[in-house]
Parts: sequence; C-alpha cells; structure tokens
Amino acid sequence: MKTLDQLKPGETGVVSKVQGKGPVKRRIIDMGVVAGTPVRVLKLAPLGDPMEVKIKGFNLSLRKAEATLIEIE
Amino acid sequence: MGTASLTIALAGNPNSGKTTIFNNITGARQHVGNYPGVTVERREGVCRYQGKNLLLVDLPGTYSLTAYSLDEIVARNFIVEEKPDIIVNVLDAANLERNLYLAVQLLELERPVALALNMTDTAEKVGIRINDKVLSQKLGVPVVRTVGNRNKGTKELLQAAVAASSVQYRSFRIDYGADVEAKIQILYQELETVPDNKYPKRWLAVKLLENDKVVNEKVAALVGGQRVLTLAEQCRSELAAGSGDDAETIIADRRYRYVADVFNAAVSKSMNVENFSDKIDKVLTNRVLGLPIFFSLMWLLFNLVFTVGAYPQGWIEDGISWLGDWIGAYMADGELKSLIVDGIIGGVGGVVVFLPNIVLLFLGIAILEDSGYMARAAFVMDRAMRFAGLHGKSFIPMLMGFGCGVPAIMGTRTLENPRDRMVTILVAPLMSCSARLPVYTLLIAAFFAEEVAGTVLFSVYLLGILLAVLMALIFRNTLFKGDSEPFVMELPPYHLPTLRSVLMHMWERSVIYLKKMGSIILAASILIWFLTNYPAEVEYSKNYEELRTQAEAAFTENVAKDVYAPLGAKILAENLEDLPELKAIAAEIAAINTEFDEKTADLAEGSAELAALEADKENRLKKLEADNEKLYPLAARYVELQGEFEGAQKKLDYEQAAEKLEKSYAGRIGHGIAILTQPLGFDWKIGIALMTGLAAKEVVVSTLGTIYSIGEADETSTALKEALAADPTLDPLVALTLMAFTLIYAPCLAAMAAVKRETNSWKWAAFTMVYSTGLAWVVSFVIYQGGRALGY
Repeated sequence: MKTLDQLKPGETGVVSKVQGKGPVKRRIIDMGVVAGTPVRVLKLAPLGDPMEVKIKGFNLSLRKAEATLIEIE
Repeated sequence: MGTASLTIALAGNPNSGKTTIFNNITGARQHVGNYPGVTVERREGVCRYQGKNLLLVDLPGTYSLTAYSLDEIVARNFIVEEKPDIIVNVLDAANLERNLYLAVQLLELERPVALALNMTDTAEKVGIRINDKVLSQKLGVPVVRTVGNRNKGTKELLQAAVAASSVQYRSFRIDYGADVEAKIQILYQELETVPDNKYPKRWLAVKLLENDKVVNEKVAALVGGQRVLTLAEQCRSELAAGSGDDAETIIADRRYRYVADVFNAAVSKSMNVENFSDKIDKVLTNRVLGLPIFFSLMWLLFNLVFTVGAYPQGWIEDGISWLGDWIGAYMADGELKSLIVDGIIGGVGGVVVFLPNIVLLFLGIAILEDSGYMARAAFVMDRAMRFAGLHGKSFIPMLMGFGCGVPAIMGTRTLENPRDRMVTILVAPLMSCSARLPVYTLLIAAFFAEEVAGTVLFSVYLLGILLAVLMALIFRNTLFKGDSEPFVMELPPYHLPTLRSVLMHMWERSVIYLKKMGSIILAASILIWFLTNYPAEVEYSKNYEELRTQAEAAFTENVAKDVYAPLGAKILAENLEDLPELKAIAAEIAAINTEFDEKTADLAEGSAELAALEADKENRLKKLEADNEKLYPLAARYVELQGEFEGAQKKLDYEQAAEKLEKSYAGRIGHGIAILTQPLGFDWKIGIALMTGLAAKEVVVSTLGTIYSIGEADETSTALKEALAADPTLDPLVALTLMAFTLIYAPCLAAMAAVKRETNSWKWAAFTMVYSTGLAWVVSFVIYQGGRALGY
C-alpha cells in the first residue's frame, strides 16, 4: 500500500484513507485530506522534511510522519 | 459595552482576511483582551451603523470547530454560550472549498450567519468564478462579496449582517447519509428528554457521534446525561462496525462531501495555472536557496530590531537622563528627589527604552506574517527545531532572545499551539540577551587574557543555547507532555502586506506593551529602587562627615604651608581669590591635565598616540613654566594638592555609598543569601549585584561599581576591573561561574512582566523565575565545584 510520503515531488495521487487517530487524524481530515481528493506533492523542505502538497487548490505542509498516515491509491 | 444593540461574531479560517475586515469595520475603536482563564486573545471593536451600536468580536481563526484545539473551543463556546446576534463568516474565495467546511459547521450551531466572500479579486485572477446566488441559495444565508485589503464591500457586508440578524433563523442541515442520520435521530430523541439543555440538539447529537470530549463533559453534567452518553457510545461503535472507519471520520468525511456538492454547484474553474504564489515559493523555499534566504531574512530582522532600534533607544535614554537632570536641578537633594529621579523616571525609562525594539519587531513580524513568509519560515526550519521539541516558528522568538527577552517573549504570539508557545517562552530567556553582555565584558577583561576572551564569551553564549535545547526537551517531556502537535499547516498564498494592517499590528502590540507590561515594570523598578536605597539612615562604621572635615582641614593647612607661605609675608593670602595670577596658572595646568585625561581615556597603554599626547602635554606645561618661572611651581603644587583632596573626598563618598548599599535592604538580603551563594564562590557583594540585576542585567555592573567603592562605573571602567582583579575572593573560575549564573538566573523584571502578560498568569512568571534561578544555581555549582576539584 502506498502512502503520501512515498510520492516524489511532482507526483500526484488520490487519497483513499486516513489512518491514525485523535487530533492528528482529525486535523489532517479537517484540512481537506479526505477520501477521493487528488493530492500533488510540490516539494520537500530544504532539510528533507516536512513536505508541501497541493490539495483542494491550496498549499499544505505536513511532516513525513503525518504523510505516512495518508493512504494513496 | 453593554449598550451594544447587536453583537456580531467574526469567524473564519486563518489567512481568510478576517482581521482585515474587522479592522475595516471598527477602525481604531478596538481593544484586545483575553478570554477568561486562557491565553487566547479576544479582540473586540465597536462601530455605529444605522443608529445601532454594533459590538464586533473577532473570533480566533480556525479551520474547524473540534475540541482538539483551544482556539476552536473558544470560538464555538462563544457562539453557543454568548449567542451573538449574527455570525459573519469570512471566506477566502480563492480557497473556497476548505473555507466552506468551517462555514457549514458554523451553520450547524443554529445561529444566523452571513458569508463574506473575501478576496474575490485574487480568486478571479486565478480563474475561479463563484456564483454567489447559488451559494446563498444552497446554504440559505446572505453572501456578500468583499475585498478586504481594498476596503471593498464593507458597507454591504454590515448591511447584510444587520438585516440577517432580524430574520428568523432558517434551519440548516447537512444530510449525513442514512446510516449516520439514523443515529442522529436516536440521540436527538434521547436529548429531548434531557431538561435544561441550552445547546442545539442536532448539533449535540452530531458532536456526540464525533466523540467530542468537551461536549461529552457537558452532556455528562446534565440530568440524564449519562444515559445519553451510553447511547452515543453504542451508536458510535455500530457506525464504526458498519463502515470500517470511526464515526468521527465518517462524519467529517460526509461533511466534506456535502461541502464538495455546494462547491461544485457554485464554482467554476476556468483554468488550472500555476499561480504567481507558487512561482515565488519555488525560490523562497527551494532545497538549496531556502535556508540561505531564511537566514538572510532573519539577519535582516535581527538588525532591524536591535541595530536600527539602538538609535531611538539612545535618544530615549538621553531624553530620560535629561529629564532626570532637569527635574533634579529644581529639587532639593533628598528622599523625594531620589524617588522621582532614580525610582520613577528611571523606572519609566526602563519601560520606554524597549519600545523601539517592540515596534520594530512587530513591524518585521507583521510583514513576515502578512506576506505569507512566516509559514514558510516554519516549513524551512521545522526539521531543525523539532530536534529540541520546538516548532519551526519558535526560531524567531529564540533569535530575538539574543537581543532582548521582552520582544522575544512577545514574539511567541506567532505560535498558535499553546504547548509550543509555553516551551518557547520558558527557554527564550536562556538566549543571552544584549543586556548581559556588559557583565561578560567586564569579567572577561578583569580575569581573562585577551587571547582567550573571544573563546570565553562564545562559550557563555553556547552554554545558553545548549541549555535552551536541553530545557526545551525536558519541558516537552514533563510539563508539556503529550502527542506532538500535528504540523499540518496551510502555506497561504504570498501577497503584499498592506500598510494599514502592518501599522495596526505594530500599534496594537506597542499599546499592549506600554499598558499591560509598563505598569508591572514600573512598579518593580520602584521596588528595586526602594530595596537598594532604604533604610535611609544607616549606622556607618566610620564617621564620614568627620573624615571629610579632616581632609578639608589638611588641604587648607597644606596649601597655606606649601603655596601661600613661600610667597612671603608680604601677601597675607587666605585663598586663591586673593591671587588672581596664581589662580590663572593653576586653572591652566588643571585644564591641560583634564584635556589630556579626556583625550587619552580610550587609548591603550604604550600606543604611539598616547606617547604623542603625553609629549604634547609636557611641552605645554614646560612652556607655561618658562613663562611664569616664579609662580609655576606653586601653582603646580596647588593643583596637585587639590587633586589629592578631591580624590580623598570622592573616595569617602564612594566608601559611604558602598556601605550604604551594603546596609540597605538589598544588601541585607545579599548577606542573608550568602549561605546559598557561597558554594558558587560568590560573597555577599556578588549577591547584592545579582539581586539588583533583576531590574535589568546590565545593572550588575553598576552595582559592582558602587559596592567596590568605584562610584559610577560601566564595563569599560579600568578602576572597576582593577578592583575586581584585586579582590582575593575572585579569580577566573569565580568569574566564569558568575557569567554562567548571570546568563541563566531569573530574567529581568521586564522579561518576567512579558511572561506574565503572554501566559496570562502570574504562576508562569513565578515559575520562570524559580526554575531559571534553580538551574543557574545547579549549573554554577557544577562549574565552580568541578573547576575547584580539577585544581583551577
């Protein structure tokens, strides 16, 4: 199974499920990362983490640890 | 503000332009406070519209209304409990889908809502066209187009809001799908049997299914609430079993689906171009250039705040000391004068002197925030700061700490997460501020060779940074333990900050500083003044008055013997006034000496310039001697005697001042705590200096000047360096320990006032003082005892 952190800058995927629980999961979902939403990785920060993605027309940054919770189809 | 006839709550996502619209409506008629018991800021403003007094409350910017974030709890509590007449929800038109997610949650709270479709100009530029009629129809609320930063649509928005507040609330519901709706129905019916429930029932039912901990607590407190909770638990597990995900996620998911339907019906996107903002971002957060650009901007910010700020600070200091002298000149010496000049004017000066730093820091922060770079700064630095358990945005306050703790602590306001903020506030004072530098400079000059001076200074700064990292890690794992906060953060589009919003931001912080912190700093300064100046009458070990009279008598006698007598019996001179010629020569000798002293004050021993000036002085004196062969030796002797006399008087003054300080309340405390400072190698003198250093760290130097009977001294004072070096209780190890202690122990009163203001609690201010002094003691103990054990 592929997760968001495995996508390289420039690659696109569609969110299939968000793992995890509690505030982290809810925050990810509240920011629009829900099943069926396309997401494109824009870049990684200079130190390799966090990453920046485009979703629902805006730019979102999240740590790789959080990106592993997001399943991509 | 009880006269308000309408209360309007302003809600919206961060970066939606909500605050700009708030400023457009209220102008300067606003004020910032705190929600009771929490650090979340409550911004209120008033405005008159169509004969009505409107009270506007700017709710914290949020993406959702969960119980996971304090901001979100505060926002929804305000709506549920204070029942504003209308909620104006500001939406970023260019980012409508995610913004609508909050809008529907606000609608679920069953209060009247008006939508402000903001930044429509930017949205159109990127090809997003919104049919506001469809939007209005789908959600059943008025929609007004606004462009906040050009103040467009403000009137129309107010009009719509006031009109909407008088319209009967139209019920709004999201269709959550058959499975969820069935559960909502069950809970709704159960809630109808619960008396005294002031919350909307459908909202409660949804929140119970989401397992919202705040709502759970509220329901538990109701009569029959326990029954509802048990039922909710059952509903949640049935939902989870039916769909393979937890109920909370299902609900959020369905809500987004509803939002997507509304969004797709009302919005058409004509093109999908890479926008201007993404192009800038490619450079600013570039893998290679990102860090250099970040550090350059930080360097600029630091210099703006402290290098540029030093000029107005200098003017303020000059102004304050001029004011002190001016008032002092009109007052008789005494307690009142001392209170006004040293206590009050000095205290006010201590407050105002930080103002340039604060104005400039918030100018910088406002530009960084409004332009959208602040979020990128966090993005770029997050990996490095996470090492210490801090947030990317903690970097700015930590950096400011090297200049001054007050703006550093105030700068933590950019951190949204309260835990990150608290940890940053607690460790930022460990960054060695510029006020501590004079203490280091003095001690290094007195006890260390020039070759190692740089290394010693660097080690002290490094010690501060290491301790900050260590303490941040400790606090993160003890006091502020828990799940690390998600770094799921919007990187808002770049745009040019507006002058108005930057100025408002600066103005607001400056007023808060002067009003909220100024009074604390002033009171504390007066307290320190009192402790060091009282009791007014102390029993001196010597009779200084008599010693002064004796010195004067000796001077008169010597002058009569060495100067007047040789002139012969024909002149019965009693004083110099009777001898105008002699007086003129003496004055000239004194002038040459003074000029030489002034010119050579900053020159190094043995320098060519010094030798040249010395030769010049000798020549001028020789010429004077040649011109007045007879009177010159007498005049020279007179000048010499006068110098000795003045020196003796000064010495007595300084000794008396030192003894007075030693016997003041501060001095007694210094003696009293000697038992604590002895294991660190500090005697009572250092104890007093450290105590007065609470007013401001650089005061340690001037107190040492007083206590070592040097009089007024700064870090360049040679006399003070010599006195310190000559003190047998001091050596390089003690000096190093003292530097470490000065670095770590309780931040100055101004910084503690900042902690009180920013944490909204005296408890944290007291904690800061206790923990840092404790840490200082432990570290100093290790350095001193370790050093001694190693034979230093």
